[in-house]
Amino acid sequence: MTPGERRLSLDTSAAPPSRPSLPALPWAWIGVTPFFVFAALFLVLPTALLVVGAFQTADGEFTLANLRDLTHPSIVAAYWISIQISAASAIGGAVIGAFLAYAAVGGGLPAWIRPTLMTFSGVASNFAGVPLAFAFLATLGRTGLVTWALANWFGVNLYATGFNLLSFFGLTLTYLYFQIPLMVLILTPALDGLRKEWREASQILGASTFQYWRWIGLPVLWPSLLGATLLLFANAFGAVATAYALTGSSLNIVTILLYAQIRGDVLHNQNLGYALALGMILITGFSNVAYIWLRGRAERWSR
Amino acid sequence: MKKPTFGPWLAVILGAAYFLIPLIATVEFSMRMKRGEYSFEAYRVVLGDPRFQESLAYSVVLALVTIVIGVLLVVPTAYWVQLRLPKLRPVVEFVTLLPLVIPAIVIVFGYLRMYNSQSWLPLTDSRRGTDLLLAFGYVTLALPYLYRSIDTGLRAIDVRTLTEAAESLGAGPMTILFRVIFPNIRSAILSGAFLTFAIVIGEFTFAALLDRPAFGPYLQLVGANRAYEPAALAIIAFVVTWACMGLIQVFGAARGAASKT
Repeated sequence: MTPGERRLSLDTSAAPPSRPSLPALPWAWIGVTPFFVFAALFLVLPTALLVVGAFQTADGEFTLANLRDLTHPSIVAAYWISIQISAASAIGGAVIGAFLAYAAVGGGLPAWIRPTLMTFSGVASNFAGVPLAFAFLATLGRTGLVTWALANWFGVNLYATGFNLLSFFGLTLTYLYFQIPLMVLILTPALDGLRKEWREASQILGASTFQYWRWIGLPVLWPSLLGATLLLFANAFGAVATAYALTGSSLNIVTILLYAQIRGDVLHNQNLGYALALGMILITGFSNVAYIWLRGRAERWSR
Repeated sequence: MKKPTFGPWLAVILGAAYFLIPLIATVEFSMRMKRGEYSFEAYRVVLGDPRFQESLAYSVVLALVTIVIGVLLVVPTAYWVQLRLPKLRPVVEFVTLLPLVIPAIVIVFGYLRMYNSQSWLPLTDSRRGTDLLLAFGYVTLALPYLYRSIDTGLRAIDVRTLTEAAESLGAGPMTILFRVIFPNIRSAILSGAFLTFAIVIGEFTFAALLDRPAFGPYLQLVGANRAYEPAALAIIAFVVTWACMGLIQVFGAARGAASKT
């Protein structure tokens, strides 16, 4: 977090001595108390209670049994398919989004393409949840427009080929609708940070396009690329509404399982539900910590 | 050197196709309700549904409450951190990013455990209490976006000089905050507010699990029981999202123009 530290030292050096009439510390802290009380009550404590619950029996005794029960095949399967869908939509979204962002930033296209793409990405990355599921049902559902067009114009019966919107592939395709734009939004500033001079310098020294990307472009970009991919992963992993509206409870992903558990204790053990939540926090937490770490590395080049 | 633009064009055209075809398909589907002709029948049915109006009104009010609470919480905090406690900035930033780390479904699960009827603060016992809990939950969800937007706005103005100038003219802390700081970061607040609105208006998980009659659960219910109305609702939701993002652009552009002068 280099820039944070830099800003911080700047601020303290520029700070005038605090007003002598007020004792500096307690007064200063009162200003941020509401925020921390709010964060404690509605963010930290509720989560901490679940984490504690994951290590308790129904009577409140300490136990590791809940964590052991997470290895039940149906729960492992739910985590696994969630991880697969999140990884597929994150990697797909990252690769396609990176190409799109690069096309708009450095592709030599007309100037209006870039702002149009950015605005549209802002909309599409927020167009998730239940309406997105409706849109894809209208497109690739059994009576959807694309399904119909393929059958009538090309004679391809999509659903006879084994395709199903309510499946791993269908859900990944749907998630890409918000993953690709999110990647475009995150990566465009990083692409702007690739200085023209670096490319020109490499060309003068006789480097090919491939050599430029292999030795200059990708080494500079990789923390941004990988970090953004991890953020996309966490984004897909925690998603509930799209999957629920699309598949009901037919697809066994971990968020749907947790939803069913909260609604009706389908695991027949409240504390196992808490352990399920703990597992989700650990997975998204890991990918976000990695993202923040990589972003710190990436920012070294943007100065 | 002129680069060939075939590849970039292909990427943009394929991307545009992937994003436009579902929208076209949804529009087409939403107009198929009457057999044999295109009509706006599905929209008429949806807009005339009293539950549509009630749930949308509920979510709009909830979004406004969320924005008010969120802004009143975040602006003084970000202002104070910038002015007096710069050392605390990484901590506050970390806390505001937590809602991106902890999935929404986990946060609401925690609420159900912490605020249930047997707890020390049984918010879920009454409807008003649950509404309040839902609004607080949405403030939490919006925190990363709201904080970043407002913090960026605060960094663009000279908080210290403005504060000292106002103090030397005899203004108290409340006057400084509401009559000096707020007007100066109005466009940043509005950007954050519209983004919050877009997040809250169709949110499903929190509302469904807290069992409140919001727009998201209504959408899901219609989707499970009807054929053509969901497509019409998806188009309406898309238009609302567009409107919010468009307004952010408008205010963002206003901010850019203002900072240049």
